[in-house]
Order: sequence, then structure tokens, then C-alpha cells
Amino acid sequence: MDLNIFANTGKLFRFILHLDRIRIPLWIIGLALFTLIVPPTFENLYETQQDRDAIIETMANPAMTAMLGTGDLENYTTGAMTAHNMLLITAVIVGLMAILLVTRHTRAEEEEGRIEMIRSLPSGRLSYLNATLLVTSGTYIVLALFISLGLYALGIESIDLEGSLLYGAILGGTGLVFAGVTAVFAQLTENSRGTIGWSVTILIFFYLLRAITDISNEALSWLSPLGWVSKAGVYSSNNWGPIFLMLAVSLVLFILANYLNSIRDLEQGFIASKPGRKYATRFLQSPIGLAFRLQRTGFIAWAIGMYILGASYGSIFGDLESFFEGNEIYQQMLQQAEGASIAEQFIPTLMIVISLLATVPPVMAMNKLRGEEKNGRLEHLLARAVSRTRLITSYLILAIVNGFVMISLSALGLWSAANSVMEEGLEFRMIFSAALAFFPAMLVMIGIAAFLNGFLPRLTHLVWMYFLYSFFVLYLGNLMQFPNWVGQLSPFGHVPEIPIEDATFMPFFLLSIIAVGLMLISFVGFRNRDI
Amino acid sequence: MNILEVRNLTKKFGKFTALDGVNFEVGSGEVFGFIGPNGAGKSTTIRVLLGILKASEGEVKIFGKDAWKEAVEIHKRLAYVPGDVNLWPNLTGGEVIDLFVKLQEGNNQSRREELIKKFDLDPTKKCRTYSKGNRQKVALIAAFSSDADLYILDEPTSGLDPLMEQVFQECVMEVKNKGKSVLLSSHILSEVEKLCDRVGIIRQGQIIETGSLDELRHLTRTHILVETKQPVSSLNKIQGIHEIEETARGLTFQVDTEELEHVIRHISQFGIIKLESAPPTLEDLFMRHYESKDKVEGKVSGGVH
Repeated sequence: MDLNIFANTGKLFRFILHLDRIRIPLWIIGLALFTLIVPPTFENLYETQQDRDAIIETMANPAMTAMLGTGDLENYTTGAMTAHNMLLITAVIVGLMAILLVTRHTRAEEEEGRIEMIRSLPSGRLSYLNATLLVTSGTYIVLALFISLGLYALGIESIDLEGSLLYGAILGGTGLVFAGVTAVFAQLTENSRGTIGWSVTILIFFYLLRAITDISNEALSWLSPLGWVSKAGVYSSNNWGPIFLMLAVSLVLFILANYLNSIRDLEQGFIASKPGRKYATRFLQSPIGLAFRLQRTGFIAWAIGMYILGASYGSIFGDLESFFEGNEIYQQMLQQAEGASIAEQFIPTLMIVISLLATVPPVMAMNKLRGEEKNGRLEHLLARAVSRTRLITSYLILAIVNGFVMISLSALGLWSAANSVMEEGLEFRMIFSAALAFFPAMLVMIGIAAFLNGFLPRLTHLVWMYFLYSFFVLYLGNLMQFPNWVGQLSPFGHVPEIPIEDATFMPFFLLSIIAVGLMLISFVGFRNRDI
Repeated sequence: MNILEVRNLTKKFGKFTALDGVNFEVGSGEVFGFIGPNGAGKSTTIRVLLGILKASEGEVKIFGKDAWKEAVEIHKRLAYVPGDVNLWPNLTGGEVIDLFVKLQEGNNQSRREELIKKFDLDPTKKCRTYSKGNRQKVALIAAFSSDADLYILDEPTSGLDPLMEQVFQECVMEVKNKGKSVLLSSHILSEVEKLCDRVGIIRQGQIIETGSLDELRHLTRTHILVETKQPVSSLNKIQGIHEIEETARGLTFQVDTEELEHVIRHISQFGIIKLESAPPTLEDLFMRHYESKDKVEGKVSGGVH
């Protein structure tokens, strides 16, 4: 084989490391901190085996299995508990990191014309791809070691060396698999948005496939790489098989990406672009029409995704019902809330996850305004007869409608799937109001995004930090036993848990007032600043 | 009547002063050339004119209205082409043109078709696949299909081929003949020379020269090539002569325009065989303003008999 096609891979490897010298360490430190603060907290909160056995009661049901994956509930040590609660969600975040990192140095660089410059220098045709894959692989080896040794260094009895090494290796392995998936899609699609879109779709698909098969037929979970995460039995059976599977799959994907790269032309994909319309439709010819058109594909994809997410959670209600029927202790434990059936008591827990995820697309829709500004395309509109107020209003309306559609569709998905598997179906009104209860909190997030767009355009990503905070405290809130105010720092912490709690007027009213206030103030900022 | 008036415009980005008291105006029916080196403040000025940046100090009026406060009203009668045209990768050129024309609140369908043909653009292709020149064509077609009273063009031809540049110049002449005003910022000085009635030169955020080309030429030098029967002597002693050089074709030098009469009288004593004179180009003007002063002055060479 002609080795020239790999010429100068080493230099490019160092170059990419240099480009990402801040980004990669930040990811690694963030993920390590996220992982390492959990076991000591568990150790403090659940000192004895009795304490942990008590929490198993709330863990051993299909709803939690769908969310967290399977865990070793027979022998629920602090280690097993950490792996059960944290490993899958961390693996999903690692997967997302791989997708962003690899896209950034493959299709995104190619799209911007930078790979063309690199190729004009004495570097090989496959050098940049492989330099990227080397950097990614190195990143995941470091991440795996960092987390493994960090966990072991905590000195917790049940967190032994082998289990810790496996914990880190699972995260690194997941990263490699999704680096491979992304590298392949970077060849197939013609632009970076497509690469990210397709790769994230695959990630979500594997998560849902695992959720459904973990409940219905655990053997089938082997079909999803995210299923391997729980199959490894970290801190209990310590099964290394999934690691070899992950390495093998990523190697195959790396080779496939190399092959596809070698048979295609630069800046081309395999999914050819068709000629488009010669004239703009009437709909497109306004700022709001344009803004929607730019987000259309993402909107549709998210809408389908939210429906499927709702339906996946809905589909476990049948299992939930039969699970509780044979379990008297549970019935006593959960029957406390009056007027709600057992299954219904799980709705608020599921709705928190659903509503947090449903907040992502509307916030993205709002931040698109800043994206357009950064790409220098707002100029085209503002240099014409379009006022700034009209422009920001267009994006705001789209974000609000987007959020409403997302949360409604997931409620519809949950309801329709639950109805098809339960003997006595759930009431749609109840499900819908449980979902809609989160809408004002969502509006606050949109309001914050709008406010940042108006006043601090360079800091629009701060809204994501706040979002991550909300996710973290509400996702782990019950388990970590945070004080109340920690949850209440997030708008989502103020939402009443329908149908267990009554819908009270005040929180909705206050959240809505805050949201509207933020939005109105954002107009002032946007009208008075430089673009 | 002035369509556009800029009075004492200052723009600061933090501590950095990008524009420092800029003054100029563009009259009705006038094509105004706006030239200056990279980073001099041309695009910043234009973005203030468009109400995209807010002036730190000074007054900018277009059609007698405030460029910041009444931006939307102004923009109904204004067309703009940026130098670096960034378009939406997933829309076609045709869609973008329609959108732009519509947002202008004008509609001139026949003009659109004619211009697409003239500029030779395929409107069904996605903007992602367009080269820089083609993206510029999209912006130019959208601008010239609208019935504007003022055209602001920021280096609109940097990616066009010579044929297309010709088409562009025709378009500018056409709107000029209709009595519209144009503000043309450009690095292609021959283009500015051909199209513009007046020129403003900006450097380090200040306008250092404005006037008609004739007025500006007056400040600069004429190129002379001369062949004489006898060698010309003591040329370097005459005032206003620069860059004397003896070439195979004859003697070349530059003369300050106001000294032209003296110089010709002097040379004619030596029996002129051939005399060629070229008017100063904008490039000379440009160079003269941009090169640091001592460098220009020190270049006078003598020693020719």
C-alpha cells in the first residue's frame, strides 16, 4: 500500500492537539468531576447496606430501568449504585462529545475549505482524518485512565481497581464507537450539520433501543452499544467482553471511514444534493418564514424524536402495572398519594426528563439568532426594510411555538403508547396537563436565551450551563438529597408534580411573569446594540 | 441636494477608535468612490450607515433621516451589497434573491430574470455550492432588481471575472443615468476611476482627501516620457520633478501638475522628437497618500544630463 496517503499524519496530529488544547482538557476535567463527586456523596447519604436496600425499592421498576439501564440490585454496593446511576448517562455525554469533536475536525473543516489548504501542502489524502482519529483515541485513553484512577483513588471499599478500570474503559470505548460513527457520517453527508444530525440520531436510537429491550428482552440489548454499558456489570461481575466489542466495532468503523474517504472527492458526500427551487415560496419571503425554513429539518427531527421519547416511556406503563400488581409492599409505599393510580405516580419523574429534553430545541431556536449574526447573515436582513424588533420577535415566536409543539408531542407519544399497553388507559387531559405544567419553566429558559441574545451576545451559551445545572439537580435531585433551594434555583424546580400534586396558580404565574419580563427586556438590548 | 451626509462620525470599539471624525457627503445622482487600505474603516463606516453599528459620536443622515433611528424607513429606498457575502447554505440562489427583493418591499420580477441572465447565474443551485463570485452575483442581482435611490456597494466585485465586472459597471452606469446615488467602496482603482464622480480616501479612521477626480489629480503628478535630439541637462534642478529615469525608449519622469508649464518649456529647448504624457492614475494618488511621507520625498534621483 502506498504510504504517501498518510504522509505527515504525525504533524497534523500535533496541530489538531494544539487547536484543541483547551477544549479537550475541559471535556475531560468536566466529565471526571461529574463522575468523581458522585460516589462520595452516595457513601455519605447511604452509609449502610440497609440504607441502600431501601433505595433499591424505588430503583427496581421498569421506569427506572428504561432511564438508567440495568444494574446489580442484588448486591447494591456504593460501587454498583454509582455504576447503575451514572455510567449510562455519562456514556451518552461521552458519545455526544465524540460526535462534536470528530465533526469539528472532519466535515466542518472540509466545509470551511480548510482541508483544501492542508491537502495542498505535502500531506496525504487520508492524513487529516487519521490525525483526527488518533487525537480522539488519545483523548479517550486519557479520559479512561483519568476516571479509572480517580475513582480508585477515592478509596471506597466497593470501588476496587478492576471495576474502576472497567468503568473508565467503558466510557473510553463508548467514545471510540461514536467517534467511528461520526467519522463515517462525515464521509456520507455533505455538510457538518448533516454529520451531527445523523450521528446524534444514531446515538438516540441506540439509547431508545436499549431502553425498550432492557425491559422487554435483555438479550436483545446486546444489539445496542449503549446496552453494552450496563452489560459490563461494573463493580459487580466486571465483564470485559463489551470492551472488546467496542474496540472491534470502532476499528471497523475507522476502517470504513478511511475507505469511504479514499473513494470520494474532496467536499463531496455520497448523498448528492439536488437542484432546488428557482423561486422562493411566498412563505419564505419574510423574516419569520426564513427563520423557520432554516430550522425546518432540525424541527421535524426533534419533533419525531420527542414523540418517540414519549412513546418509549409510555410503553413501559404496561410492565409497570403488572410489576406492581404482585408487590404489596410497593402498593403500600406508593399508595400514599390519593387520587392517583400507581402508574400515574411515575408521570412527574418521567415528565422532568421529557420536559428538560424538550427545552433543548426551543433554546436552540432562540440561539439561532446569534448563530445567524455570527455568520454575518443578519446584515442582509437589517440592511433591508426589516426592523430589529421584527427580527427578534420572529425568532422568539418560533422558539415558543417550538417548545409547545415539543412538549405536546411527547405527551401525545406517552399517552398513546401507554394506552396501547395498559388495560385501563390513562386520561389524555391528565398527561397533557402534567406536561404543560413545565411550559412556563421552559418559557423562562427561552427568556434567558433571548435576554442573552439581546444584551450579552457573546455569552449566549451561558443558557446551556444553566440548563445543565437544571438537568443535574433535577435528574439526581432525589438521590443526592439536595436541600430544597438547590432545585429551586432552576425554573423546573418550581413546577408542581401533576398528577400527584395539585396545579397551583402562583408558580405558573410567577414563572410566566419572569419569562415575559426577560423577553421584553431582550428587545431593548437587541435594539440598542451593535450587530 | 445631499442624499447622504456624514458629520464628525466617530466609532469606538472599547478603547480602539475605528473611526475618528469622518466627514463626507454623497449628492443626488452622484457616484461616490470610497477608497482606503485594509482596516482603514471603510466597512465600519458602511455598517454605521446601515444602522447595524451605532455611532459613538457624530451624525449620519440618509435621505435626511437618522441612520440609526429610522433605519427601516431608509432601507426601503436603499440597496446594499456586502464585500463578503455569506448566504444560507441550504437555500438556492433564486430563493435568496426573492427573499431579499421582498424584504426590500419592492418587486421587480422582469428585472430579476434579466439580471440573472446577464450575470449568468444558475438560480436553482444551493448557495453552499456557489463560489465567492457567484455569491456576490446573488447579492448584486438582488440589489439591482430593487428600485432603490441609494446603492451602497462594499467591494462588490472582488470575486467577479472581468466579463462580469463589465456587466457590473453597466449596471452602475444604468442606475447613475436614472439619477440614483451610489456609494462604491473598492480596491479596484480603475473601476473607481471609470465610475465615480467624486472620491473620498480614508486612512486610519479619518478622511484624508475628498473631491472630484480632476480636483484630486491637480494635487498629483503627470507621467512624462520624452525623447530629445540633445540630452536634457540640469533637469533635476527644476522644481517639481520626481523619479527621473533613463530608459531605452527615452527619459521618463513625473511632474507635479502645477509645475507642468515650466518643465515643458525647459525640455523644448533640447528639441523634442517624441512626447508622451499620461494623466496621474488613482493608483498614484493612492500610493502617494498611503506610503509614509519621507519615503516618497526621498526618492528623487538626479544625475541626468
